[in-house]
Amino acid sequence: MTESPLAIYALFHLGPIAVTEPVAVTWGLMLLLVGGSILLTRRLALHPTARQAALELLVTTIEGQIRDTMRVAPARYLPLIGTLLLFIFFANWSALVPGVEPPTAHIETDAALALIVFAAMVYHGVRARGLRGYLATFAEPTYVMVPLNLVETITRTFSMIVRLFGNVMSGVFVIGIVLSLVGLLVPVPLMALDLLTGAVQAYIFTVLAMVFIGGAAGDDAEGKDNKDRTP
Amino acid sequence: MNLIEIASILGAALAVSFGAIGPGLGEGRAVAAAMDAIARQPEAAGTLTRTLFVGLAMIETMAIYCLVIALLLLFANPFLH
Repeated sequence: MTESPLAIYALFHLGPIAVTEPVAVTWGLMLLLVGGSILLTRRLALHPTARQAALELLVTTIEGQIRDTMRVAPARYLPLIGTLLLFIFFANWSALVPGVEPPTAHIETDAALALIVFAAMVYHGVRARGLRGYLATFAEPTYVMVPLNLVETITRTFSMIVRLFGNVMSGVFVIGIVLSLVGLLVPVPLMALDLLTGAVQAYIFTVLAMVFIGGAAGDDAEGKDNKDRTP
Repeated sequence: MNLIEIASILGAALAVSFGAIGPGLGEGRAVAAAMDAIARQPEAAGTLTRTLFVGLAMIETMAIYCLVIALLLLFANPFLH
């Protein structure tokens, strides 16, 4: 019997605080992303080097995705959405490092990420429409829909958690089972599939976050940009 | 082995097996439609493939939900403790 994918064990203790593997890997990833970003953006020039051009391409692509999905100016949402995409992508692909299990394969990390999206949804909804206006969206199209809309807000956050958790965890779980049956080379195609799933799931999580936040914020007129869109 | 454990194992097996049928059919239809579209319009293959992969991942999630339920039954069964 393989060990439970839901169980979680302490890796080491920092004083009274037990540090588990997902927490350690998450902090490692955060260090890597923040440190990498600082190092890579330290010398920006008007005539970009190849490195800067690649980074700009990445940022522009994410901006384009936000503009296409949310139909608003991307500047306000770019930090959150871009960080979500990069973090989940690197978290899913951290399985490439031997001995490291992706932190997203544990439900706690996914719950934290989905809670961030939930909080951002409420925040942007209240910011764009005002408290009254945001609460009024729950009564659309009629007042009969209020309980359903409330339930939907909770369940779609929950389904985001289970979707990311289930996909990443099942990859880790299947590879564990296959490894215990045959050791050499057989798990490699499964690992490749797992990488593809990881990338696609990072994209899907981000797109869903964009759709939910965009739906809560609605068409806030001041954030709308019409200048660089073709009529 | 008591009755609850037997029922949990059976439930897990049934959840995964029947939970795989619907998404299997759905993914088959999606891939068939994408192949049809690529055959008609090969120059749109890039966009179609990208959308197809995202759609497949969304459909696959239904099967993953069943897997999560099965694993909950096997590893974190609330009725066993």
